[in-house]
Order: sequence, then C-alpha cells, then structure tokens
Amino acid sequence: MKDEQKGAPRNTGPHGAPRTMPIQSATFSNPVNAEIRRAAATGIYDIRGGGAKRKLPHFDDLLFLGASMSRYPLEGYREKCETSVTLGTRFAKNPIQLDIPVTIAGMSFGALSGGAKEALGRGATMAGTSTTTGDGGMTEEERGHSNKLVYQYLPSRYGMNPDDLRRADAIEIVVGQGAKPGGGGMLLGQKISDRVAEMRNLPKGIDQRSACRHPDWTGPDDLEIKILELREITNWEKPIYIKVGGARPYFDTTLAVKAGADVVVLDGMQGGTAATQDVFIEHVGQPILACIREAVRALQDLDMHREVQLVVSGGIRTGADVAKAMALGADAVAIGTAALIALGDNDPKWEAEYNALGTTAGAYDDWHEGQDPAGITTQDPELMARFDPIEGGRRLNNYLKVMTLEAQTIARACGKNHLHNLEPEDLCALTMEAAAMAKIPLAGTDWYPGKPGTSY
Amino acid sequence: MQTFDIEAEGLRALNSTLHAQAANTNQTHWEIVNPKGSHAIAVGLDAPIEVNIKGSTGYYCAGMNKQATVHVHGSVGPGTAENMMSGMVVVEGDASQYAGATGHGGTLVIKGNASSRCGISMKGIDIIVHGNIGHMSAFMAQSGNLVVCGDAGEALGDSLYEARLFVRGSVKSLGADCIEKEMRPEHLTLLEELLGRGGCDAKASEFKRYGSARQLYNFNIDNAY
Repeated sequence: MKDEQKGAPRNTGPHGAPRTMPIQSATFSNPVNAEIRRAAATGIYDIRGGGAKRKLPHFDDLLFLGASMSRYPLEGYREKCETSVTLGTRFAKNPIQLDIPVTIAGMSFGALSGGAKEALGRGATMAGTSTTTGDGGMTEEERGHSNKLVYQYLPSRYGMNPDDLRRADAIEIVVGQGAKPGGGGMLLGQKISDRVAEMRNLPKGIDQRSACRHPDWTGPDDLEIKILELREITNWEKPIYIKVGGARPYFDTTLAVKAGADVVVLDGMQGGTAATQDVFIEHVGQPILACIREAVRALQDLDMHREVQLVVSGGIRTGADVAKAMALGADAVAIGTAALIALGDNDPKWEAEYNALGTTAGAYDDWHEGQDPAGITTQDPELMARFDPIEGGRRLNNYLKVMTLEAQTIARACGKNHLHNLEPEDLCALTMEAAAMAKIPLAGTDWYPGKPGTSY
Repeated sequence: MQTFDIEAEGLRALNSTLHAQAANTNQTHWEIVNPKGSHAIAVGLDAPIEVNIKGSTGYYCAGMNKQATVHVHGSVGPGTAENMMSGMVVVEGDASQYAGATGHGGTLVIKGNASSRCGISMKGIDIIVHGNIGHMSAFMAQSGNLVVCGDAGEALGDSLYEARLFVRGSVKSLGADCIEKEMRPEHLTLLEELLGRGGCDAKASEFKRYGSARQLYNFNIDNAY
C-alpha cells in the first residue's frame, strides 16, 4: 500500500500476490487502435503518400554469388562494364537511348512543386537518363530541363494535348501503378493552386479525384487501337510504354505486348503515390520481387524478352537493387521515392518541423496536405522557396551516379561486362518466400518452392 | 481539291500527308474516299484545312484535332474527336461511345444520335447532338457545353464539374451530383449561339439546363481535421 500512495505502479495485488504484466494486443496494436480512433473522429479513410510501409519480401532477401573458381570476375575500374540501355526498339522510329538503366518515374506537377520537377529534370539529364511527367500535364520546367522526357497518358487527361505529345521523347500509357492497382489519382484541395487548377481545368481548392479507367478505351483490344491513334498522331516516332501496377504480371505483360507496347513498366506495391487511401496502399497489389520473373516469363513466352523492354519500379534504393532487378530480367528500373529522398524529402534537418506536423523525419507521408517542410511535395510559395532546383539536381545526379557505380561493382564481381548480362544464375535467396517469388534457389540449395519437377 | 484514296494509299500515308500541311497551305480542301471504317483517320491535324471523309469511320476519327474542319459523311466509331483542341468536326450520321471525350476546345456536331459516354471528361469542347445520347454521358465533365436536341440516357452528368448540359427532351436519370439548374438569360443567349453553330433548328427556350450541385467537390469530413 505504501507504493500506491507514492503513485508508482502496483506490481503486487492484494495479499502480495504477483500481477500479470500488461500485454498489448498484436491484433489491436496501438497503431491500429489509433487509426480506429481517428476514423471514429473524422468519418473519412486515411489518405497518405508513399508506398507500402509493411515489411515485404524484397531485393534484400537476394544475394549475388560473385565469381570465384568457376567464374571469372572483371577488374573494377579498368575493365569495361557497360550500363547503357535502349528503350523502344520494337516499333518506334526514335527509340530512347539512356546512359544508365535507372530512370525517374512519373510524378505530377501538382503533387510536386515546379522546382522539384525542374530538379528531377536537371539531375536525370546530367546522369544521362529520362524523367517522366505525371497526372497534371507537362510543365516548361521539366520539358526545358529534361533531355529525355516521357509524357504520361493518364485516365484524367489533365493538360493532355497534341503539341506536348509531339515534343515528348516517349509516351507512357498509365493503366495502373503499384501503390494502387485499380485506383485513380487524388490531389486534395490544399494543393490545387491557381496554376495547378488552370493546368487541370478544375475549380481551385477542390479535392480532386481522377478516374481509375481511361475514358475512351476499355480493355486491351481497344488499347491496341488507341496506341495506333497515338502513333499516327506522332508519326510513329515515339516509343510507347504501358505502365501497370503489380497485380497479375504474367497476364498484364502478355496483354500489354498484345496491345502493341514498345516498353512495359511494372510497378510493385512499394511504389509511391502522392495521395491514396492507406488501405489501398497497404492491401492491394504485389511486391515487385514477386512480379519481375512472371513478367519476364510472359515476354519469353512471346519471344519478346529484350525486344519489348521491361522497366521495373517499387522500392528501388541502391545499386544492389538495380543489379538484382536486372539479374531477374528487367532492362531498366525507375525510381520515385528514392529520387525525392535524394532531393531532400524527409531529411532530419527539418525534424522540428516534422514534429510540429505530428510526425518525424522518415515517417512523413502526408504529402497531400501540401505542408512539406522540405518544399518538394507542396504548392505553398514559402515552402517551395526553401528548395533549390540546381542543388536538388546536383544531389540527384550524384545519387544516380552512386547507384550506377554500385551496380557496376556487382556486375564486374559476377564477371559481366554489361549490366544486362546479369542473370538469375548469379543470385541466391535468403528466405523461402524470396526463393519462391523470385524463382531463385534458396542459399545453399539448388531448390526453390515451385521449382518444376520438385513437387512432393 | 485533293482526293486521297485511303484504301489504295494507306492510313500512314494519309495522316503524314495531312500533318505536312502548313498553316498557309493552298491545299485547303481534301476529300478522303474509301474510309471503310478505318481507325485513326485524320488524327493530330494542325492546319486550317477542310477534310471531307466520304463514308463511315472507325475509332478515334479526328482525334486531338487542332484548327482543321473534319466532316464525316457517314457514321463514326468510338472516341471521335477525342481530346480535340480547336477546329470543328461534323458527323452526318451517328456516333459510337465516347464522342468528344476529354475535348479541350473546338466544336463537335453529331447530326444523328450519340452513344454512351458522350462528352466524358470534356474540358472545354462544345458538343451539339441533333439526336439522342446514351448513358453516362458527360461523366466527370469539367467544362464546355453539351447540347442534346433529343433525349439523354441514364446517369447524365455523373460527378460533373463545371460543364453545362442542355437537353431538349427527356433525361432518363441524372448521375450523382448532377441537378437541373435555372435557365437564365445568359444561358439562353449561349444556347442560341451553340444551336446556330450546330445547324439545329431547335429553340433555346425548349431546353433545360443541368449542372453540378458541387456537393462532391470536397471530402465530407465530420469535424475540423
């Protein structure tokens, strides 16, 4: 009783009997309960940016074997290890030639500030790669600063026009994205500034929801005709990409090729979004690790592997991730979230301001609210002024350079003089899940779950 | 006048020939014969020329048109004049789905009926239909005018933004957030001009106007959040 009077926790019950420890439910965890309380207070689902935050089987679960007695490595720095890639060799008169196989994924002006789009263009151009527009049309900032610009063709068709189509270097028809396969875009009122509203032909300040399906075609047979139209408008010059979310990669890839794609862009559930329901981000779609081999199998079954290029995205962070994606059969990768972090998103130097927004550096994902302390995912003039596009471009170029050097380091260690020569045989898997998803033998074995001829 | 036989010379040759016409071209009149339902005829034009298509067309005829006048002497497939920027497209017959979808400007006149999703996501185009239109027309229509001299199908103007819809006949049902609105003098003036442009003999006073109730513009949140 003495303890109780002091206000200390009681660790004994009546008669001095020991008490049970308070145990938090694994099912009704504190984050789950907080979300229930938030839902009860507001009556609206949680909307946030970014990709899936849950732990998923990923490239971290694969390792390269490296060269040894049975394989011959290449000398780092001295012996050549090529990194170039050509996208759009199937039908386009002018395929895109990139120096490195890391491209910048589509992110809209609206979701990002004009300065951030400029920085992406600057950094990508210095590194010899492409950048991509988003659901909001093409801005002068990004066209002017991007040597190679991919123009997205989205269900909303905001800002879509034939002049921008003709001045693009490639066209990406967005069927879906990894963060929300089957979902449309969202841009909340806080970010619909005058300029954004004008580009999208919408009233200022509304909570804008883009359609999830294209308005003038339904299914791959129609899409084939839509692609014919886009090719005719642009005189068959531009590579046409089809972007799909990681849903049913074998069939999605097969149908994209059937519809006439030059390039298939495949985005896993770790891929980010500017704003989507949390329930969508965390519960719909597959991790990219589970998608690549199935997409490659589809291309191989059609005898189109390397003829129709495969670009994969969703959680690419390092040169090791690039090398692993390519070893699994991708021709290139795309980065979105990683590029924003390179620009300065979620930087701990803004920690006090993240705290004021009720979050912390690394966890900040309320990009839709337009209050980004780093001035990247905002349309607020004062916040945007914090971001220097030239410095951002320098940082992105540096980051892309490091990723490329890392991927080359691995490729040389595997004895490969081009990143494209990396192959599944160079890999082993650390977990059963990764082995099954990537069809890569579990480390120390020659087996993976589902390997043909090995069923019990 | 230039005559182009699409059956003999092919679609690619047709579109590249039309794309090659400069703003000051002397070859301002084109007649296209044997279209036979081909897709993507006269797409991406960007010159003040007049193109007469003698027959019916497939998908996306006159897609993304700028400046040109495209006159189809037949019926048209899905997505005719999709994403038009400026100029004029006239269809003598009927139009399939998504006519004038996402159009930013210019005028689309359909003298027959239009199927479902006419004017879907329209962004400034004026569409004038002499006959009826199908279901889900003007879905998410952002701006511009849709004039229907006949009847409209189910769910007209669902999730509408700021486009104006004028219907003379019956409307089977209105979509979410679409309501009938008062016809004020400025609307009658506008509608008379549109009817004249579309070559309709209907009177503006016979029409009703529909627009957005603007109740879906912001998320419904229970408290200051």
